[in-house]
Amino acid sequence: MTSAIAQLAASLRARRNSALDLARQALARAREHAALNATITVDEGAALAAAERADLTLAGGDTPALCGIPLVHKDIFCTNGMRTTCGSRMLEGFVPPYDATVVERLAGAGAVTLGKANMDEFAMGSSNENSFFGPALNPWDLTRVPGGSSGGSAAAVAAGIVPFATGTDTGGSIRQPAAFCGITGLKPTYGRVSRWGMVAFASSLDCGGVLARGAEDCAHVLAAIAGHDPRDATSMDRPVDDYVGVLSTSLKGIRIGVAREYFGGGVEEGVGTTVRAALAELEKLGALLVDIALPHADLAIPAYYVIAPAEASSNLSRYDGVRYGHRCSAPQSLEDLYMRSRAEGFGAEVKRRILVGTYALSAGYFDAYYLRAQRVRRLIANDFTEAFRQVDLIAGPTAPTVAFKLGEKANDPLAMYAADVNTVAVNLAGLPAISIPAGFSEGMPVGLQLIAPAFAEARLLAAAHQFQQHTDWHLHVPGGAA
Amino acid sequence: MTMPHSSHPTSHGSWQAVIGLEIHAQLNAASKLFSGASTAYGAEPNTHASVIDVALPGTLPVPNRAALHKAIRFGLAVGAQIARQSVFARKNYFYPDLPKGYQISQYELPVVSAGRLAVRVEDGRTIDVEIQRAHLEEDAGKSVHDAFHAATAIDLNRSGTPLLEIVSAPVLHSPAEAVAYMRTVHTLVRWLDICDGNMQEGSFRCDANVSVRRAGETKLGTRAEIKNVNSFRFVEKAIEYEIERQVRALENGEAIVQETRLYDAAHHRTRSMRGKEDAHDYRYFPDPDLPPLSVSSADIAAIEAGMPELPAARRARYESALGLPEADAAQLCSDRATADYFEATLAALAAHGAEHASGAQGREGSGSNAKLAANWVLGELAAALNEATVHIEASHVSAAQLAQLLARVGDGTISGKIAKDVFAAMWAGEGDADTIIAARGLRQISDSGALAAAIDAILAEFPKQLADYRAGNDKLLQFFVGQAMKRTKGQANPQQLNALLRERLGPMAEV
Amino acid sequence: MSIDNATVRHIARLARLAIGDGELPALASELGRVLELAGHLASADIAGVEPMAHPHAQALVWRDDAVTEGDRADALLALAPETRGGFYLVPKVIE
Repeated sequence: MTSAIAQLAASLRARRNSALDLARQALARAREHAALNATITVDEGAALAAAERADLTLAGGDTPALCGIPLVHKDIFCTNGMRTTCGSRMLEGFVPPYDATVVERLAGAGAVTLGKANMDEFAMGSSNENSFFGPALNPWDLTRVPGGSSGGSAAAVAAGIVPFATGTDTGGSIRQPAAFCGITGLKPTYGRVSRWGMVAFASSLDCGGVLARGAEDCAHVLAAIAGHDPRDATSMDRPVDDYVGVLSTSLKGIRIGVAREYFGGGVEEGVGTTVRAALAELEKLGALLVDIALPHADLAIPAYYVIAPAEASSNLSRYDGVRYGHRCSAPQSLEDLYMRSRAEGFGAEVKRRILVGTYALSAGYFDAYYLRAQRVRRLIANDFTEAFRQVDLIAGPTAPTVAFKLGEKANDPLAMYAADVNTVAVNLAGLPAISIPAGFSEGMPVGLQLIAPAFAEARLLAAAHQFQQHTDWHLHVPGGAA
Repeated sequence: MTMPHSSHPTSHGSWQAVIGLEIHAQLNAASKLFSGASTAYGAEPNTHASVIDVALPGTLPVPNRAALHKAIRFGLAVGAQIARQSVFARKNYFYPDLPKGYQISQYELPVVSAGRLAVRVEDGRTIDVEIQRAHLEEDAGKSVHDAFHAATAIDLNRSGTPLLEIVSAPVLHSPAEAVAYMRTVHTLVRWLDICDGNMQEGSFRCDANVSVRRAGETKLGTRAEIKNVNSFRFVEKAIEYEIERQVRALENGEAIVQETRLYDAAHHRTRSMRGKEDAHDYRYFPDPDLPPLSVSSADIAAIEAGMPELPAARRARYESALGLPEADAAQLCSDRATADYFEATLAALAAHGAEHASGAQGREGSGSNAKLAANWVLGELAAALNEATVHIEASHVSAAQLAQLLARVGDGTISGKIAKDVFAAMWAGEGDADTIIAARGLRQISDSGALAAAIDAILAEFPKQLADYRAGNDKLLQFFVGQAMKRTKGQANPQQLNALLRERLGPMAEV
Repeated sequence: MSIDNATVRHIARLARLAIGDGELPALASELGRVLELAGHLASADIAGVEPMAHPHAQALVWRDDAVTEGDRADALLALAPETRGGFYLVPKVIE
């Protein structure tokens, strides 16, 4: 059995453990791994209370899949009564009076929230170095980044603190940290998971998803959080597939597209080799590799770094020191209140993106930047539509490199952006994708990315699961200990 | 240089005024455009503001169907195009009553466009006003500047209330035309039951864009925008002042600055808004949280089926089919509830079969039931409603009750004069007309015997006046009428009394 | 691509972000590089291509007109840095 969640669920059912035991163990591991800085908030009281409630459910004979299973929520999901910071000084003390839908649904499934995971500020970043609360560290090598923006979530799962964590993915922020930390990260189709209560970065790109050891774990969590939500007008009203039930679907005859563009010049040799070996494994399992082209792939980063900042510049206007969040001291006028509260509350990367986004939307530049980027976006989406006429899945390296050293790219925004080269196009097209551990290079994990057509998460998870049934990369843990 | 105070839209001296109005009508939905909070007016501050209205992180807008339907009703009423696909866009700017730092509005693809409205101006002309667009947007909250000493207070109750912004083309050329248009729109939105039109509460607000140009010039002059003028009178005065101000400035060789101005009612002038940036870069873009709005032909047909007869059509019907004078028809149709009441009265009156006998009864005589009903609704009833500060929907006298009263006038049971007393009693709650007439014994005395007896008694009582009358003082006829009325407690049938009195008095001496 | 300081100031003003004089050159340079990156979009052939604001074709779904939210003034005002008498406070604005 590969699924950590299934194993824990079995032990709860067999009463080898109670939910309270699991919660206490997770809290202990969180303390043990405090140096990773994977969490911003750990709420012991709330965790134990939730665990007690789970135990009551379990005692009643009911054993839903996630009942009593501990998790951390990326600190971008609003948790009622529990601090939610988005990794920012702006929301350092913000305690939401409501739960995100994702939080609500997982709590409804009996899962036990330990606390909130560290992240790049307002989800802007690829290394978790943009957090007001300090960087999270990669459990495989504490001198390296865990990836971002869901760096804390990835670190928490990779270190074994919790079997799964929620994350969000706007340009790769679930997949890339999963790749860097040797775990599985699922970005669902845009609109599959409700954005209600998920603090907005780029509204047409943001997706809530899950990080866990394996695809089976991800399937259990997706089953709980997916589905239409009338509180989110962009949430799709489509039936939720039986992700867990179809995991054993064979890979035989599945056509997997391999795009030359995903093995471009920026991809490290070790990463390329590892991923190609993984593709060979897929072939052994019956998949057919097909060469495809994604002709506009090189425009994905430029388009993304116009559209995402543009939407963000508008989404972040609400942070003005008036109704919640950081407020500067002794404002002399309304303008002073705004200018200083926002300058003090936001970190450098967030400010950069707000400025880029404001520029791209401003009079005189709107057509050349924002509008043009939205047209290029359609070209990129069309590339995928074309490709999926010939193939069922598209594969490639999740990230061009393994996890880099802390500080290595922090002073070079464009170098940082380049880390997203294989992931952002997926967000622009709104498609689902998963990153699964595929091996190691220079002792660091390498991720294989699989992309599917819209709403084909079941196909994605099944393929990933089949790979994980026949390989054990996803079972490797840092330091060798389980 | 003086402005002729006429509503005729010719140039003043050699200048022509060009005016366009942007009207913000708060739609009378129960909940907000994008949240389920209440839109009810007058609540304690911030008690009608949900997590969405306060723009908490993570909140998202979900649109209100009633707001869309009301917008479409308006569009249909002005013969406009209803967009099959339209888009909500973000209008980005910072102000404390705008919690998200952007307003969700519509920009390139509004739900309603290219409509027109026939407007009767007070000088009798009818002008055709082009309505360029009407779009949905959310209202901002309220800034209160005088509640506290060194701070401005923000109340977000109003934040998110649905607005329909109605934009006219710049085709109005005088303050009178502008106000006539504004009144017509005001009547229409209330008629359609999409807005309560309460200007004191801010449900109906108007911004006026005013510019001037030399007569004959086709290019538009630089305009000033006068914001948030909230009464018909102030709109008229503000525009009047602004036209004068601009003409004076231009004649002095000054340029007009494109700016926003406020109307200062205390000093009867417009003034520039201090501290407001003139050039806003709103950075409009389609709101990514809201997919495009789709409206189908079936949707539109369903809404059309539920539309009432429009005020212009009703007015025309009252004039042609009912023969009412223009002024009466216009007055009745200034308010749908009034027009409905009038028609209900007419219908009930017809049911009484109380068509006037030709000639015989009353001065109302050859006039129709319609004129009778119109006179009463616009006369006695209106006065009573006014005095009690009550709207016709809360009238103490129902249409059916009024009809019964009018039927009693028509069938000669009581005179028109007595009817006013009966009406007053009905209004006070004493019952319906028949009940009051019976209780007070008010039946008109038409019996010639009784009338003759009364006349004889009067003539016997006042021999001197009788002699004076016969000697030529014909004014005394009224004296005798008055005395006879007094004697019969006002119940003498006036026409009969008059005729009999003349007979009894006999011819006057030739002077 | 270079962005001049005046432009950065203007954009920062639009975005209500206070920028110190010392920060300007670095910001101008960084912005310039990002916009240069965005400039690669100019090479794309977008003739006849509609902009894509949403990844999936989706119709807007409307909700019924009903009051579903009650008075949350206390809980919401408690989140604010400065309130008085049930109002949010900001420095005095002169209109």
